[in-house]
Amino acid sequence: MAHFEPGERLPDLTVTPDRFLTVRYAGASGDYNPIHIDEEFARSVGLPGRILHGLWSMAQVARAQTEAAGGPDKLLSLSVQFRGMGVLEQELTVTSTVRAVEDGVATIAAEARQGDTRIVRNAVARVVAE
Amino acid sequence: MSVETSAVGKTYAPVTYAIGREKVREYANAVGETNPLHLDPTAARAAGYADVVAPPMFAVVYQSPSVTPGLFDPEVGIDFALMVHSGQELTWARPVVAGEEITTTTTVAAIAERGGMGFFDFEVVSRDGDGEIVCTGLWKMIVRGS
Repeated sequence: MAHFEPGERLPDLTVTPDRFLTVRYAGASGDYNPIHIDEEFARSVGLPGRILHGLWSMAQVARAQTEAAGGPDKLLSLSVQFRGMGVLEQELTVTSTVRAVEDGVATIAAEARQGDTRIVRNAVARVVAE
Repeated sequence: MSVETSAVGKTYAPVTYAIGREKVREYANAVGETNPLHLDPTAARAAGYADVVAPPMFAVVYQSPSVTPGLFDPEVGIDFALMVHSGQELTWARPVVAGEEITTTTTVAAIAERGGMGFFDFEVVSRDGDGEIVCTGLWKMIVRGS
C-alpha cells in the first residue's frame, strides 16, 4: 500500500495521444460523437479539428492515481471539471498533489493539461493510503 | 435560454451491461493502462480476481447506455448540438471484473439555468448481480445558450 504525505507531489503522468487515439477510444467506449473522429465535421462546428474525449482525459487523471496508489482497487472516488479542449498529437501531463491524509484515505488534487491549456481542472481523487 | 424543470426526479428504466474480457482489454489499451490485472486473466486470477479487472474509469462504459436516454429525452430538453460534458464524479465501492453483469439506473438530479446556460445533472447508480452498489456517478452537462 502506498504511503502519502500532505503536500507531496505525486509522479507526473505524461502521454501523447496519437492521431488515431480518438478512433480507438470511440470504439472502446461507445462514444462516437463525430467531433472526436471526423475532422471535417469538427471544423464545420467551429472546432480547430477533432478533439479528445473528456472522459479519456479523465481516465489519464485516474491512471495517475491508481499507479501512485498501487492498483485499481485503491481509487475510491474521482471528480473533475472539463474545460479547455484536448487535442491530438500534443503531450498531455497529469499533475497530482496530496492535500490531506485522514483515516487511511488520501485526498489528492490533480489536473491534466496540454501546454498552457488545462483540459481537466479541479480534479479531486480519494485513494486508499497507508 | 430557459429551462423546464419538470423532469427533475425522473428515473429511466435500468440498463444491464455484461462486462466482456476483450472489451476490458480494448478499453484498457485505449486509455494506456499497462497493469496486467486489466490485460492478463492469469495475472488477475493470481491476484484473487475471477477474470481481468475493469479499470475504474470503465464505469463510464457500463453507465453511458443508461445516461443516454436522459440526454435525448424531450422532457429534459437538452439541445444536443449545444451540449458540453462539463463535469464528472464517480465513486467506486469495488473493482468489477469480466463476466459480471452490472445494472445501472439514471435519475435526473437537477436542472437549472444560470447566466444564459442550462445545467443538467444526472445521478447514476450501478449495481452488481447481488444488488450491491459497485459505482455511483454524477454526470454534469451544460447547454450553451443558442
